[in-house]
Amino acid sequence: MTARKQIALPLIFVAGVHVIALFAGFFAPYNYAQQNRDLPYAPPSPLHLYDVQGVFHWRPSVCRLAARPEKFGVYEEDRNNCFPVRLFIRGPQYTVLGLFQSDWHLFGVSPPARIFLLGSDGYGRDQLSRLLYGSLLSLFAGLLATGLTLNLGALLGTVAGYYGGWCDAVIMRCIELFLALPWLYLLFALRAFLPLHISPSRAFLLLILVIGIVGWARPARLIRGVALSEKERGYVLAAKMFGASHFYLMRRHVLPSTYNVLVTQAALLIPQYILAEMTLSFLGLGVAEPVPTWGNMLSAVQQYDVLTSYWWMWAPGCAVILVCLSYWYLASALQARAEVIGH
Amino acid sequence: MRYLGRRLLQSFCLLVGVSLLSFAFVELAPGNFFDEMRLNPRISNEAISGLRKQYGIDQPLPVRYARWLGSVAKGEFGFSFAYNAPVGSLLWPRARNTLLLTGSATLLTWIIALPLGILSAGARHGWIDRSTLLLTSVLLSTPDLLLSLGLLLFAVRTRLLPAGGMISLAAENQGGWQQAESLAIHMLGPVTVLVLISLPTLVRHTRAAMIEALDSPYVRAARSHGISPGRILLRHAFPVALNPLISLFGLSVGSLLSASLLTEVVVSWPGLGPLLLEAILGRDTYVVIGAVVFASVLLVCGTLLSDVLLFASDPRIRSERLA
Repeated sequence: MTARKQIALPLIFVAGVHVIALFAGFFAPYNYAQQNRDLPYAPPSPLHLYDVQGVFHWRPSVCRLAARPEKFGVYEEDRNNCFPVRLFIRGPQYTVLGLFQSDWHLFGVSPPARIFLLGSDGYGRDQLSRLLYGSLLSLFAGLLATGLTLNLGALLGTVAGYYGGWCDAVIMRCIELFLALPWLYLLFALRAFLPLHISPSRAFLLLILVIGIVGWARPARLIRGVALSEKERGYVLAAKMFGASHFYLMRRHVLPSTYNVLVTQAALLIPQYILAEMTLSFLGLGVAEPVPTWGNMLSAVQQYDVLTSYWWMWAPGCAVILVCLSYWYLASALQARAEVIGH
Repeated sequence: MRYLGRRLLQSFCLLVGVSLLSFAFVELAPGNFFDEMRLNPRISNEAISGLRKQYGIDQPLPVRYARWLGSVAKGEFGFSFAYNAPVGSLLWPRARNTLLLTGSATLLTWIIALPLGILSAGARHGWIDRSTLLLTSVLLSTPDLLLSLGLLLFAVRTRLLPAGGMISLAAENQGGWQQAESLAIHMLGPVTVLVLISLPTLVRHTRAAMIEALDSPYVRAARSHGISPGRILLRHAFPVALNPLISLFGLSVGSLLSASLLTEVVVSWPGLGPLLLEAILGRDTYVVIGAVVFASVLLVCGTLLSDVLLFASDPRIRSERLA
């Protein structure tokens, strides 16, 4: 595989996942909070191509579930009561990006039947819809927190490397302090002193802020190293002789040379931050129910009966592994490319 | 000795920095334990302000910090509002449990990782090397949280391991042997998870360091002298490769503590992790600060230990300081 492909494949996958997350409302058949109290822990709905007479249909259908009265969470399919799966169907209202409203969905079934491609949770909410809506928060928390970290790191790292002296010394001591602490403890401590019971949107912003601030030290140290060597380069000194200001030199000459480090760091940090958000929400310190994130969805697995009986509740875990793997492939491909350019 | 003294001073400054940082966060934070109490109509305002005065919450930050330092000197680490007890008495047993877990996990990781890394570097691209590479990539790509939950699933499904806690109720009233046995069985799961979490990084670093040492000219010279490959691997390459690994040991304590925090919460091991989480949810400020400072102390001890080991293993550091 060529180097270009090694970067392109995971990049396309990651970009695709983010687009799906952005248009979660369209890809999800239901709203994330829509409950079906009569269908708790329904297993993933099987799609049938043959009807009850054994006739083949191209259009798959799902059948209604009937709960067994004597057992909780055990269902029987009513094969005489099947509904075809339809594409581009009208369903519950949703807003995309908080801008425009729509009620078109990629797929769905007509009301009395329910389609749960990934099963349902304890309140009978569709796992797939929650996973998709949750990916919006989980993925973009990682992305935005990384943006914050890299901005902080680039700013402080460039200033430290460029000016040197006491400024460098102070920033380096701070970097050592932040690098030395166990990061999860630091994350917890920061979270501890912020209000606990807040609205989901504020909790989301708070999470981004906390996660983004905790991780700034590593990129700052790398960028400081680049800035340190870059400011001694001939063309930078020449520009300085011509009377360029410090700000101009940092912006036009030092910062662009840190580009490679920044991109590679981003690909490394985003999966870490997605996992950090997941951990916090899992432990109840992040975004709270009913708004789904991968972390608070996964926390259901801590219950004994969910752990033993309902395997589809692990879906957020599988999703996070896939996303993190592709980010890691992207990071290693970017690193390999940076080394080639460096030589 | 001057080298070690300077490292000690640095660690001390680090701890002071951590505690100052924690106090600064408290100062910035809106609300505290007593604000939640205020919601309770059965507690009067006078009682709350009395409590505030008793615990010294109404004092400015420098005074509180000085008082806290005083209580640290007495080994109390402040006062827990929720437990109504000095934080130190809460932290000591918890920290011991965390240390038990992370200590045995660290030991086991090194015992497994060093031979694995040396063997895979010794026979590059052999079957050991390739299977190690595969194993470490799988482990690296599994999030810590899922590994802990996987352990829980394994314990519940197979019933080979207890699903949580530290000692079984039945063993608690019995003699030392039964207690130790129960403790060992309960430790097996979380220690395995921690080993699996920290193993891949260490194996890869060991392999990389060994390969670098094996590729250097003096190893080629030793080889041309006809020294056996096993002796080259262990006597010539390994001591050189050990150096970066010892520094890594100091750094890895931090990530191991973080991993342990999560695992402890998931399998309800009574360590620092669950205490910290509980304190955060209950807004028990001094317990949070105490737990963070304690974790930093463990970390600093790890770093210092690695410094001492480095001092012992690397003659260059010793001679540098003597000159």
